[in-house]
Amino acid sequence: MSLLTSPVYGRLLMLIIIASAWQSIAWFVNSSDFPSLFIVSESFIYHLFQGDMLVNLSVTLTRVLISFTIAMILGVIIGILMGINKRLNQLSDTLLIIILNIPALVTILLCYIWFGLVESAAILAVVINKVPTVVVMIREGARVVDEDLLNVAKVYKLSLSKTFFYVFLPQLYPYIMASARAGLSLIWKIVLVVELLGRSDGVGFALNTLFQFFDIAGILAYTFAFISIVLVIENLIFRPLDKLIARGVHHDRT
Amino acid sequence: MIELDIAIKDKYYANSTSVVLKDIAFNVKPGEFVAIIGPSGSGKTTLLNMLSGLEDATGQKLLCNGKELNGCKEYQLGYVFQQPRLMPWLTVNENLQLVLPTAQEQKIETLLAQVGLAGKGDYYPKQLSGGMQRRVAIARAFAVNPELILLDEPFNSLDAPTAAKLRLLLVNLCKSCESSVVFVTHDLSEAINLADRIIFMSNSPSSIIHQVTVDLPKPRKECGSLELTWQAKLMNQYPHILSGSVASS
Repeated sequence: MSLLTSPVYGRLLMLIIIASAWQSIAWFVNSSDFPSLFIVSESFIYHLFQGDMLVNLSVTLTRVLISFTIAMILGVIIGILMGINKRLNQLSDTLLIIILNIPALVTILLCYIWFGLVESAAILAVVINKVPTVVVMIREGARVVDEDLLNVAKVYKLSLSKTFFYVFLPQLYPYIMASARAGLSLIWKIVLVVELLGRSDGVGFALNTLFQFFDIAGILAYTFAFISIVLVIENLIFRPLDKLIARGVHHDRT
Repeated sequence: MIELDIAIKDKYYANSTSVVLKDIAFNVKPGEFVAIIGPSGSGKTTLLNMLSGLEDATGQKLLCNGKELNGCKEYQLGYVFQQPRLMPWLTVNENLQLVLPTAQEQKIETLLAQVGLAGKGDYYPKQLSGGMQRRVAIARAFAVNPELILLDEPFNSLDAPTAAKLRLLLVNLCKSCESSVVFVTHDLSEAINLADRIIFMSNSPSSIIHQVTVDLPKPRKECGSLELTWQAKLMNQYPHILSGSVASS
């Protein structure tokens, strides 16, 4: 594969194009409302080394990680149960549609009002917002699980755990990965709103403070830090996982 | 070795009032290779699924060594489906290991060598040809030391030389493990080549229209003169038997 056609080169090229476009617009607009990349970089370095960026990022990341883990575990379990059990699906479907369509802001406000401005309320609000989307995706996957392969497990008298982990669950991996990817991006956004509304630390809180000072370079510096983390997660976790679960599926014949 | 004694009064399609199998009665002697031939839709696969426990057999008499077969729960069963049905996310070794209760690397290696796939253990099914995948499926069926083997048109849609190779492989494996075999096919020459006895079925609702013992010496040849003569004699006697009828004209 040549350098020009490699995916890494393509991604780098796209980043360079976006950065160049941003810088050109900043020069053209020439306003403090649209700071150049240099000013944003200066702000980034300032917040990273002299401000609370690392602390805020670690607090937000912890919240994201906890709520993401809880939401994925609950969503996968409920999704599988609804996918394989028609009766349960009929019973829970309306509730799922209701929760799915409640605005995130309403859930956050209600959690803060009912449980107070505490950490658990913040996590709960994020989880409630995320679980239904995971359930919907996993349920679809569980509905189309290949019965023929399950029959193989039955004929060869595989144990329940072997059937689940080697025959059933691998068929859901693409759905789990898709909901994890979509889930992470959604959870980032909801966590920030949760922090903005009711926490005194984290990136959401920091952004609120920067907004009050109209520090646009600071807001963009935090955004840049955020995007960098997402890219790191994508490259260090999601892509290797993608390769792992795609094993055997995208091979060519010898 | 096990003996099967089958008596199916009537078997309905799932969630339907149409009968698929009616008054089917036959037995399979220990170590016997029985082929079942019938037109498409005559319920051959349903019959195998009932024997394997994949289809409900409530109210029918399915006996194994005089005891209720009960979905073959008490007996080791090997089932080669129409499609190989290998787990695409597992390698060939892992697919075979999956059906074994404990790690048995040596056994898997030997089996793969027997089916001509030595050194292919680390390949994923998608990396193998259709014929190779079927060989893995056959190896999987024999990996469990089956007392009963069910084969559902396992060589369907394969080219003639590959199918011939796989038939030879099947004969050798069956000889080594002395299992009772129920083999479903729509290919009469394949049945003559492999089976001790052939059961012919009618159209749906299906019943047995004829049974015949293949009294030819083994090993049999693909398109050998003895086999062809035997087939011609049968077809002269029952020209419409493959369409599910024993009418003479």
